[in-house]
Amino acid sequence: MTAGIFAALIFLTSLLAGLLGALTGLGGGVIIVPVLALVFKVDLRYAIGASLISVIATSSGSAVAYVRQGLSNVRIGMFLEVATTLGALLGAYLTLKISTHWIAVIFGCVLMYSAAASFRKRRKHAGDASPDRMATALRLRGSYTENGVCHEYAAHRVPLGFGIMFGAGTLSGLLGIGSGAVKVLAMDMAMRLPFKVSTTTSNFMIGVTAAASAGVYLARGYIDPGLALPVMLGVLGGSLLGSKLLVKAPVATLRVVFSFVILALGAEMIFSGATGRL
Amino acid sequence: MQEQPQRPALTDSQMDSAIANMLRFGISLAATLMLLGGWFYLQHPTMQPTDYAHFHGSSVDLRNLGKVLTGARLADSTSVLELGIVLLIATPIARVVLCVVDFARQRDKLYVAVSFGVLLVLLYSLFRGGR
Repeated sequence: MTAGIFAALIFLTSLLAGLLGALTGLGGGVIIVPVLALVFKVDLRYAIGASLISVIATSSGSAVAYVRQGLSNVRIGMFLEVATTLGALLGAYLTLKISTHWIAVIFGCVLMYSAAASFRKRRKHAGDASPDRMATALRLRGSYTENGVCHEYAAHRVPLGFGIMFGAGTLSGLLGIGSGAVKVLAMDMAMRLPFKVSTTTSNFMIGVTAAASAGVYLARGYIDPGLALPVMLGVLGGSLLGSKLLVKAPVATLRVVFSFVILALGAEMIFSGATGRL
Repeated sequence: MQEQPQRPALTDSQMDSAIANMLRFGISLAATLMLLGGWFYLQHPTMQPTDYAHFHGSSVDLRNLGKVLTGARLADSTSVLELGIVLLIATPIARVVLCVVDFARQRDKLYVAVSFGVLLVLLYSLFRGGR
């Protein structure tokens, strides 16, 4: 197999992973890492490095659209990025210390949690505008317009949200994923921000969080250009395609099918890690 | 020296579109470089793929940014590709720099401090993260 054919195979697989990631709302990184490791037998550290690059590209690419619509809250995002970047730095250092068997097991658990979480029905609430002392002091509030109606909102339980964000950052740095599911959990469930603001602000934060661990990855040689390029292009293309499909097609049934695929991938990662094959 | 007229404070929506423009510029430039480097890279049709099954650490190293730049000038495929990757990582960092500047123009001291804190973490990772 020449380098060209190998790159083309990786590209097509990443395209599929990006598509799946967008349709399930889990992101491409969480899918491409186990596929690279289990199917292509790529060392977990290279897979994580390549995935992190694709996460930065996808986040920055889709943030362009969201920021323009005024849905993401720059202040809330920036405040919580203090937690996610510190967490990412810790996660990246942990990657250097923990054996790949353990990383595989943790990865599998995150995959299974993410798949289970995507089954849960999300209440798409419009947020809570009641004042919160800490949020007022930190100016963690805002408003957005939907169908001509202006919704005001304010953050709540700020320390809890900040703490979960630190955890999300650690997972992102440890596993080379965006960990958007945990970020949304912090903003949507803990801080009671509107669903739309949570998802778009989370997306906006993913790139900065990933950049915080990229420095460590680069210096330790986790990022191989020959692998990172086809993975990045594929995941980016796949997620753009997926977000277009999401608007047009009813994907509820597809999402259930995909969630089972991800559940299986998670089980396989745990098994491979525990038996020392990864 | 002529006195500068006081600049009107920046509105949140102006700030949003400045951020969006910057992000788009950054990823377009990075993607172009990566595609260019990738195209050069694949010009060796008989080249065997790297052995990714065993970890030996890739050669990309920010401490060698000078080497990357020199290589990129000589159109060395891997260096162009590496430069694209470095630019891609720099894009969210540039976004944080832009936020520091924009919050300063809004005279929002609290958020100048918050974004500056994030910037410090990012720069620490980039320049001291390998140690």
